[in-house]
Amino acid sequence: MKVRADLDLCQGHAMCELEAPEVFEVPRKGKVRILVDEPGESLRAQVEAAVRYCPTRALKLGG
Amino acid sequence: MRNPVMKDPATVSGGPDHLDELRSDPIGLMRRVREECGDVGEFRLAGRPVVLLSGAEANEFFFRAPDEELDQAEAYPFMTPIFGEGVLFDATPEQRREALHNQALKGSFLKGHAATIAAEVDAMVAAWGEEGEIDLLDWFAELTIYTSSACLIGKRFRDQLDRRFAELYHDLERGTDAIAYVDPHADIDSFRRRDAARTKLVALVEGIMEGRAAAPRPPREERDLLDVLMSIRADDGTPRFSADLITGMFISMMFAGHHTTSGTAAWTLIELLRHPDVLDGVVRELDDLYADGSEISFQALREIPLLESAIKEALRLHPPLILLLRVAKSGHEVLGYRIPAGTLVGCSLAVSNRIPGDFPEPDRFDPARYAKPREEDLINRWTWVPFGAGRHRCVGANFAMIQLKAIFSVLLRDWEFEPAQDPESYRDDHSKMVVQLARPCLVRYKRRTS
Repeated sequence: MKVRADLDLCQGHAMCELEAPEVFEVPRKGKVRILVDEPGESLRAQVEAAVRYCPTRALKLGG
Repeated sequence: MRNPVMKDPATVSGGPDHLDELRSDPIGLMRRVREECGDVGEFRLAGRPVVLLSGAEANEFFFRAPDEELDQAEAYPFMTPIFGEGVLFDATPEQRREALHNQALKGSFLKGHAATIAAEVDAMVAAWGEEGEIDLLDWFAELTIYTSSACLIGKRFRDQLDRRFAELYHDLERGTDAIAYVDPHADIDSFRRRDAARTKLVALVEGIMEGRAAAPRPPREERDLLDVLMSIRADDGTPRFSADLITGMFISMMFAGHHTTSGTAAWTLIELLRHPDVLDGVVRELDDLYADGSEISFQALREIPLLESAIKEALRLHPPLILLLRVAKSGHEVLGYRIPAGTLVGCSLAVSNRIPGDFPEPDRFDPARYAKPREEDLINRWTWVPFGAGRHRCVGANFAMIQLKAIFSVLLRDWEFEPAQDPESYRDDHSKMVVQLARPCLVRYKRRTS
């Protein structure tokens, strides 16, 4: 499972960090940093929730 | 000019100016722009050209552009007299970005909000008899004043409000006539009422503030946003924020989530009543979900697929915002068309949501389009846009869905509804930029027996 972030769209709302803290990190005044490019299947539910609840739809799951 | 073949967008028929048409039939106007001009067309608003975009590619340009390129501040002149000077749209793009990180919308607060919302619905239906009739506009507008004030400002402030606040707030929302593009202070009835309502709201908030200042400070855990704002002092020791400014902040915080949620709740109910088979499915879904006695604050945060699809379809067919506007800060090219600096640029949610190529049978209420594998909301990320998209996609979208799920969880658990007028006669009033349900909009309720 691959995660990508569209940094044009990310506004740093940090919803993803709340859903999947092992995969996403958002500094207080910055944009998302993906900590694990290819998270394991055990994190799938968390990562899918992060994608779904991103207010700007900046995250994508692929591959 | 870099591109010598760049064209100017065609102007739609019905001119020379389209201000009056925007104030009477904006969706008809915007549909005609797409029919006659395509993805990029133009109409005239009080002498100013408005380049209107629709379709995935043009919308993507609109939704990706940063504030420094397409700016919101000057695009909504009708909002400044409502919020007041020095609030929101007077701020720089950087300050607005900062303010958008609304603490109250953070995920960790959502469960508490769902419980608060369910309690507010319970409190309102407690006044109902065994059966009766409600005006959808009044009822949902009042409910969402209570839910948004309780969630965004705090329970203590909410408990100091009553119907009067909702009525004054409604006058503010009605004060959004597009005449504001000519003069936001034109001498017309809706603007006079808007200004009178704002003055009364400031007085109301001032009264609450005086009451609090004279009373002992509440324990820390009971303090709300108003207590916090009142405690902030300027360098000389006087209060930092006046009643006028605080009222403006509260009005602006509540604005985006008020008429939008209220209208969507009403349209969801109307569409369910128009489609009894869908309603039956949703009621059964909720009955099953709550059969084990689980809490609304728990379930509203989780998937309720049939109800959510019905809400999404109500949003697609009746988006609470029909036209988003920006001002181009520099020259742009979109799909080969020239947009000069200073032009108003619009994106029509109402038109994009019904593009037949993206949404088969676009005028049909068909919640099944959101089920796998169709998922038309996800596939059409730039045209399924009731919440907007991109950088400025509604930050309250998750909150709104939770709120609507909580509202219908209470309403459909204990009550059944039926139209009190021809089901096809419900419609929106488009005479103001803030779209609201037109009257009459009555439904009957009856306590469920089974």
